[in-house]
Amino acid sequence: MSNNSMLLGIAEDDLLNCIQCGYCLPACPTYQIEQKETATPRGRLALMKGVQDGKLEIKNLTPSIEVCLGCRACEAACPSGVNYGHILEQAKDVIASQTKYSLPVRMIRNLMLRKLLPFPQRMRFIRGGIHLYQKLGLQKIVRKTGILKIMPWQMATFESVLPEVAPMSAKLPTKVVGSTSQNKISGKKLPTIGLFTGCIQETIYHETNKNTLKLLKAAGFTVVVPDEQTCCGAIHAHAGEKEQAKELARKNIAMAERIKVDYLVNNQGGCGAMLKEYDHLLANDPDWSDRAKEFVKKVKDINEILVMLEELPRLKEIKETVTYQDSCHLLNVQGVKFQPRQMIQAIPGIVYRELEGAGSCCGSAGTYNITQYNSSMQILDEKMQKVQDTNATIIVTANPGCLLQMQIGIKRAGLTGKVRAIHIVDLLAEALADSLEL
Amino acid sequence: MLAQELRQKLIAVVGERWFMDKPEELIAYSYDATPMYQQNPDAVVLPATTEEVAEVMRIACQNRINVIPRGAATNLSGGTVPLEGGLVVGLNRLNKLLEIDQENLTATIQPGLVTADFHKAVEAVGLFYPPDPGSMKTSTLGGNIAEGAGGPRGLKYGVTKDYVIALEAVLSNGDVIRTGGKLAKDVAGYDLTKLLVGSEGTLGIITEATVRLLPLPETKQTMLAMFKSLPAAAKAVSRIIANKIIPVTLEFMDQATVNVVEDYVKIGLPTDVEAVLLLEQDGSPDQVKRDIEIMARICKEEAASEVKVANTHAEGEQLMVARRTALSALARLKPTTILEDATVPRSKIAELAEYIILTAKKYDLQICTFGHAGDGNLHPTCLTDIRNKEEIERVEKAFDEIYEKTIEFGGTITGEHGVGIAKAGYLEWKVGKEGLAVMKGIKQAFDPYGILNPGKLFVNEARPRVVVEKR
Repeated sequence: MSNNSMLLGIAEDDLLNCIQCGYCLPACPTYQIEQKETATPRGRLALMKGVQDGKLEIKNLTPSIEVCLGCRACEAACPSGVNYGHILEQAKDVIASQTKYSLPVRMIRNLMLRKLLPFPQRMRFIRGGIHLYQKLGLQKIVRKTGILKIMPWQMATFESVLPEVAPMSAKLPTKVVGSTSQNKISGKKLPTIGLFTGCIQETIYHETNKNTLKLLKAAGFTVVVPDEQTCCGAIHAHAGEKEQAKELARKNIAMAERIKVDYLVNNQGGCGAMLKEYDHLLANDPDWSDRAKEFVKKVKDINEILVMLEELPRLKEIKETVTYQDSCHLLNVQGVKFQPRQMIQAIPGIVYRELEGAGSCCGSAGTYNITQYNSSMQILDEKMQKVQDTNATIIVTANPGCLLQMQIGIKRAGLTGKVRAIHIVDLLAEALADSLEL
Repeated sequence: MLAQELRQKLIAVVGERWFMDKPEELIAYSYDATPMYQQNPDAVVLPATTEEVAEVMRIACQNRINVIPRGAATNLSGGTVPLEGGLVVGLNRLNKLLEIDQENLTATIQPGLVTADFHKAVEAVGLFYPPDPGSMKTSTLGGNIAEGAGGPRGLKYGVTKDYVIALEAVLSNGDVIRTGGKLAKDVAGYDLTKLLVGSEGTLGIITEATVRLLPLPETKQTMLAMFKSLPAAAKAVSRIIANKIIPVTLEFMDQATVNVVEDYVKIGLPTDVEAVLLLEQDGSPDQVKRDIEIMARICKEEAASEVKVANTHAEGEQLMVARRTALSALARLKPTTILEDATVPRSKIAELAEYIILTAKKYDLQICTFGHAGDGNLHPTCLTDIRNKEEIERVEKAFDEIYEKTIEFGGTITGEHGVGIAKAGYLEWKVGKEGLAVMKGIKQAFDPYGILNPGKLFVNEARPRVVVEKR
C-alpha cells in the first residue's frame, strides 16, 4: 500500500496542523447524528493522513468524505487554524478522479457540470421547461399519477417544494440606475455594483435576483448585470471537479475586469464563498493568481453592502415573528453573521427570535440532500424542532439551497400554511414602503 | 482482527451499527489529543447501556481481550490510545443527564454527557458545577472523572474529584459496583469513589456518576494585570492569597504565550510584559467588587504596568477567551505541540517558571508557559516538530530536568492531565518505589488479568533520574 504515499497531494504540514484536540466535534453536524469518530473532522483528517502514510487506501477514506456536509463549521471552531475546506476539496478531487461512476451517474454529472451549469442560456431553457410544466396543468397530472414517488433522488420531495419559476422569457435588466443620489457609505458616495446572479438562483429564484436589484436601486445604487457571467464553480469544486471550477473562475474574473465596478454583489452564501476563494483556487496559476486576489476584494454578499448604507430605503411594518438560519458558507467562510440579523431587525414590527444552533448546517449542503438524503432529513428534522421552539412564522435564509431545504422542512414538520421560508432579500423587498419598478 | 466468533458475540450485544472494525474505523480510534502516540485497536464498540458495557466486559474478560474505555479522547497523556491493541469501548452514547436533585443539590449523569452541556443544564436552574477543563465543550464527564480533570476554577472550588460523590462502574470481570451515594458523610470502608476518580480506565469503566452541585454565584468579574517582571507577578499572587482572598481563577501566561495568543485572538493584550495574570472573582456583587478592588490595588503595588478590569460580562468573557485558547493558539505555530503539566506548591511558582525559561534556553527550544498560578499548576508547552528527531531528543532532556526540579520543589509530575503513557516513566519519581508497589497491588486487585487500559500508569522501568545542575 506504500504507493499511496502522497496520493492525496495534501501538504503534510496541513495535516499535521490538526492537533487532534477535538474542539471540532461539537461543531460537526454529522458527528451529532452518526456519533462515530469517522464522522468527525478530526477523524477525517486522521484518515487522510492514514492514506498519505500508506496505512489506508483511498476507498477506506471515501465513505467518511461522502457523509461530510462541507459546511466548514469545524473551521470556525478550530483553534489551530486547519484549512479543512481546502483539504476536503483536494481529497474530493482525488476521490472523484479515481472513482468509476456508473453510466447514468456519469451522464448526469457530465450533463449538469459540463453542459448546463456553465451556460446561463441553457439554464434559462431549463427554467422555461419547468415553467411550462407548472403552468400547462402537467404538474397536476404528474402528481396524480404518483410517478415521481418511484423516481430516484427523492424527486417527489424536491418537486413538491419548487417555487413557481419564472418563464423562459424573464430576463433581468442589464442596467439599473439608483432612484436617489443622496445616500452614502461612510460619508462617501455610493460605489458602483455588478450583480452576480448565480446559475441555480437565476433558474429557480429569478424573483430574488429581481428583488435584489429593486433593493439596490431603492438604496441609490447603480447596478449592472453583466451578460457574460457564468456559474461560480462551487458545485464543481464540491463534486471534485477542480479543473472545471478553475475554468469557470477565470471566466468570471475576466468578466469582472471588463465591467469595472467597485463591488460584485451576490445573494447566495454558497456561491459568494466560492467567489471569495478564487484566490485560493488559482493560487498556483501564475497568470491568474494576482488577478484572482483583486477579484476577491470586490466580492460582497448583499447583506454586507446593505449594512454599510447610511440610510436604508423606507421600510413598512411587518408584524410577524421571524428567525434566521445561517448559510454555512456565508457564516463560516465569509464570516457574515451579524449583518443579516441586523437587516431583519431593521424592518419595523418584526419580533426577531434567534434560532438555537442557527449556525449549524440545515443538511442542504449543496447536493448533500440529494446524495445523502436520509442523513440530510435527520439533520433537517432536528433543525425544525428548534425552529418550532422560536414560534417564528417566517424562517429567513440567505442562500438558495438553504431556502429549498427549509421549505422541505416546513412540509415535513406539517407547518405548511403556518410557517413560510423566505430569502432575506425577498423579505426586505416585501417591506419596501415605496413601490418601484425596474 | 478479532476472531469471527468473538466479533459475532460483541455484535449480538451492541448491534451491527455500533460494532466497528473496518481499517478506517480502527484508525479513527487510534489516537487522542496527545501528540506522538498512535496505535490501532482491534475493534471498537459503542454500547448504549450499563448492561451492554457489562456484557462487553464479560466477553472481553473471558477471552482476555484488552479493553480501552474512551470518552471524547481529548486527554493529553495518551490515556485513550490503545497502546497494546484490544477493544475500544466508547461511552459517548451513554450521554443522558439522568437527574438534577434540587433538594440534595446533586446531579446524576451518564459518562458520555459533554461537560459544557452539563454546565448549561444545571446553570439553567440556578445551580453550578465548577470543574471546567479547557476542553469542556468537547470533553465528556466520564472522561473528566477517569482522568481527574481540573480547570481554571480549581483554586477556589476544587477539581473533579471534589465533586464526585457516587459512581457506578463495571469491573474487569463484568460485575457492576455502586460506590458512595447522595451523602455528605460516608465512611463505610475504603473510599472506592475517590479511588476510581483519576484511575484512567485502569480499574473499571465508569457508567454513571452522581456529583455535588453548588448554588450558582450571583455575579462574577474578570481582571487582567500585566507585569514587567515575573517575580513581581508571583509576589502579587502570594499577597492576594495572604490577604485572605481566594479568587475563582488566577491564571498565568508568560510573555511567549501572550504574544502568540494576541496574534491569534487580537484583543489588545500587551506583548512587552514578562507575565500576565488573569483574575476572576465570583459571589455576591458587593463581595466581588471589594475583592476585585483589593486585587487591583495589590497588583498595582507590586508594580503591575497595567491593570484592566472588565466592565461588562462580555469583556470578561473575552479576557477568559484569551486563556482558554492558549493551547490551541500555540498549536498554530509548529506542527507538534507538547503540553506538559508540572505542579508545585503555590509559593514556588515563579521559581519554576523561571527555571523553565532557562531550561528552554539551554536546550534551544521554544517553550511557552501558561497555567493556573493559584494552583501552582503550570503548562510549559513546547512547540516542535515530530519529524525532527534530534530536536525531540532535546525536548525530552529538557522536560526530564524540568520534572526533576518540580519534584525537588515538592511538586508533582501531573496536576490534571493524568499519567497515561506520557508520564508513566516519571510516576516512580513522584510516588517512590513503595508507593508504586501499593498502586500495582490495587491494580492487581481490580484487574487481575491486566486487561483494562494496559500500558498506562505503569512501565517496566522508570525513566533514569537526571542530575540537575545547580545554577
